[in-house]
Amino acid sequence: MAKVTIDGRTIEVPDGTTILQAARMIGPEVAPPTMCYYSKLKTSGGYCRTCLVEVTKGSEKDPRPMPKLVASCRTTVMDGMEVGNNTSPKVTEARKGVVEFLLLNHPLDCPICDQAGECHLQDLSYEHGSSKTRTDFERRTYDKIDIGEKIQLHMTRCVLCYRCVKVANQITDGRVHGVMNRGDHSEISTYVEQAIDNDFSGNMIDVCPVGALTDKTFRFKSRVWFTKPVTAHRNCEKCSGKVNLWYKGEEVLRVTGRKDQWGEVEEFICNTCRFDKKQTSDWTIEGPTVVNRHSVISANHYEVLAKPNEFKLNEVKPLPLKEGEKS
Amino acid sequence: MGKKILLEHDHVPGIQGYEVYRNCGGYASVEKAIKTMSAEAMVEEVKKSGLRGRGGAGFPTGMKWSFLAKPEGVPRYLVCNADESEPGTFKDRYLMSRIPHILVEGMITSSFALGVNTAFIYIRGEYFYIVRILENAIKEAYANGWLGKNILGSGYDLDLYVQVGAGAYICGEETALLESLEGKRGNPRIKPPFPAIAGLYGCPTVVNNVETIASVPYIINNGGDDYAKIGIGRSAGTKLISASGHINKPGVYEIEMGITVEDFIYSEEYCGGIKNGKKLKAVVAGGSSVPVLPADKIINLPSGEKRLMTYESLSEGGFAGGTMLGSGGFIVMDETTSIVENLFTFARFYHHESCGQCSPCREGTSWMEKILHKIMDGHGTLADIDLLWEIQSKIEGNTICPLGDAAAWPVASAIRHFRHEFEAYVTNPNAVNKVRHYENMNA
Repeated sequence: MAKVTIDGRTIEVPDGTTILQAARMIGPEVAPPTMCYYSKLKTSGGYCRTCLVEVTKGSEKDPRPMPKLVASCRTTVMDGMEVGNNTSPKVTEARKGVVEFLLLNHPLDCPICDQAGECHLQDLSYEHGSSKTRTDFERRTYDKIDIGEKIQLHMTRCVLCYRCVKVANQITDGRVHGVMNRGDHSEISTYVEQAIDNDFSGNMIDVCPVGALTDKTFRFKSRVWFTKPVTAHRNCEKCSGKVNLWYKGEEVLRVTGRKDQWGEVEEFICNTCRFDKKQTSDWTIEGPTVVNRHSVISANHYEVLAKPNEFKLNEVKPLPLKEGEKS
Repeated sequence: MGKKILLEHDHVPGIQGYEVYRNCGGYASVEKAIKTMSAEAMVEEVKKSGLRGRGGAGFPTGMKWSFLAKPEGVPRYLVCNADESEPGTFKDRYLMSRIPHILVEGMITSSFALGVNTAFIYIRGEYFYIVRILENAIKEAYANGWLGKNILGSGYDLDLYVQVGAGAYICGEETALLESLEGKRGNPRIKPPFPAIAGLYGCPTVVNNVETIASVPYIINNGGDDYAKIGIGRSAGTKLISASGHINKPGVYEIEMGITVEDFIYSEEYCGGIKNGKKLKAVVAGGSSVPVLPADKIINLPSGEKRLMTYESLSEGGFAGGTMLGSGGFIVMDETTSIVENLFTFARFYHHESCGQCSPCREGTSWMEKILHKIMDGHGTLADIDLLWEIQSKIEGNTICPLGDAAAWPVASAIRHFRHEFEAYVTNPNAVNKVRHYENMNA
């Protein structure tokens, strides 16, 4: 076990835990933001540099501070380590820089992007970004490409987090896409626009932190905050069958994996569940999905259920919160 | 004349071939090591010698060797980093093409010290003609029983391979080199784990520069203490310096560490002074990545003493007033040089060579290049200079590998020491020659 203090709050965690995991155990107030790390994917993280933290004390044995900021997602804790995250001015500065770099070539086309409302880059820039851009150069653009029947890749929005590459490596039979080219010409692509065709390719959409990989069956159907998530399951031969259905009226607009507090999928689902089962009759409904009140998606969940003149404040009950979630 | 270790027999005709090299005392270290020394004793000698990595970082080689994990039943590897890509550095090229056997000998001796049975020389693709020279040398070494099974009847086996890279600067970073050697895309790995624990194919690996490995035979032959006597303090031994730029005698020089920078630039033995009687303006002392220093700061220390060609003396004054010995790429610029133009060339290089994994380097390097291009074109503003400074400060130290730092340091130092020149570019747009090096920014 190792005792680690993050932003003044101490927790004891098993050896080999990363700083980020320890911070998440303490709570969302001290957890560094992440764009590329995904706890369900091995070797993810380390690329985006948004989770940089300052280690002010290396360990009980060797109390020297670490000379550089470290990526909390890939650095394991040591006993007695002290870490500055939100309380460290160095970290705040560096994070501001990273957000600026990530947005440098991002099209900021949120008004027409399907990811808007559940986009990690939006959250990140809202929290750490500046309201102005300092670049006056033309942004990098790419053509949209269809990778497979149901998925569209819009590289212009990509932040090169490598999550979709790791999904293909780790949960599908064979990866047919990857990163081409180098430096700021890097792009996620397949050889000669080959289709990505396997049962679990749809998970690329779920892990994408931005709107670079979108579900073609959902494109432009609705803003996510107008849809209502419902937790449901079915008996599936290929996957766990545990999903969220996103309703608009009576219609299931899309099916996604269930996401946890950190926006990570709890269990990956197959393409049959995701793309082909869009009837309520296909599913056993468990109930409404808990939505974090701070999320834009919550916009339609805490609305007044009765007509205004019948509305009584004490009768409105918010949905129950998940463990560890703050209202 | 300073003492020569690596280039001692450089002038001997036919030194490229095995016979001549052997007659000049070559391969004696292998004999001595295998017949009389234990691996531990050899590592101890290298530690005592104070030899430091010659690739740029200057990490003590003996220490690096002693960190090598030695789990049972797992092979270990020695990899020679011959991916010499730093602009301004060409010492390994000279050494390998002139005296290839010194590297082969060093590889055998080092491999024996580390208990390695398979070693690699990873050489950059642009050095294709040296590949043939090295392979020929290795063939000769095999034929004479220095490589292969049961070397000198000791029961020690070693195979040595040359692997050619495809010409990416980033593959000179040790973990990217290992990825490339494994046949993958040359992206730096996230550390830890370090190569000494999990390197090539996940096995413990030591990665050393050509010059470092070529220095090992001398240390084994003459003892670590003897080597430590050369040079000054913690900068032990000799160093190959690739001198280029506006000097009378550009080339590769082996210096004893501790001569003054002034001597190195002006003495007839080395650079022979500035070309055409011009005045010295600035020096990049250790390859394009290290901070550039103006003439007075490179010649004299802040204390007024003369600056020496050592790791410590060159970095005295920190980043604000010092630079680094780096890989020894000594670029001299005379008074006619435009620092802005020079910086643009460097920035373009780092933009081109960024691997694109982590965001600060991927986006920052291209942004800096674009701004510099704008300034060179006469469209810059004073705010752009501050912005450049801001960008480099956001890249430095925040990236996976040192390429980010390497891209940031030249920008920082150029603005720190030559801000007036940037200001001249932006305040006199008409005087600035329209530069057309880079017509299409987005190509």
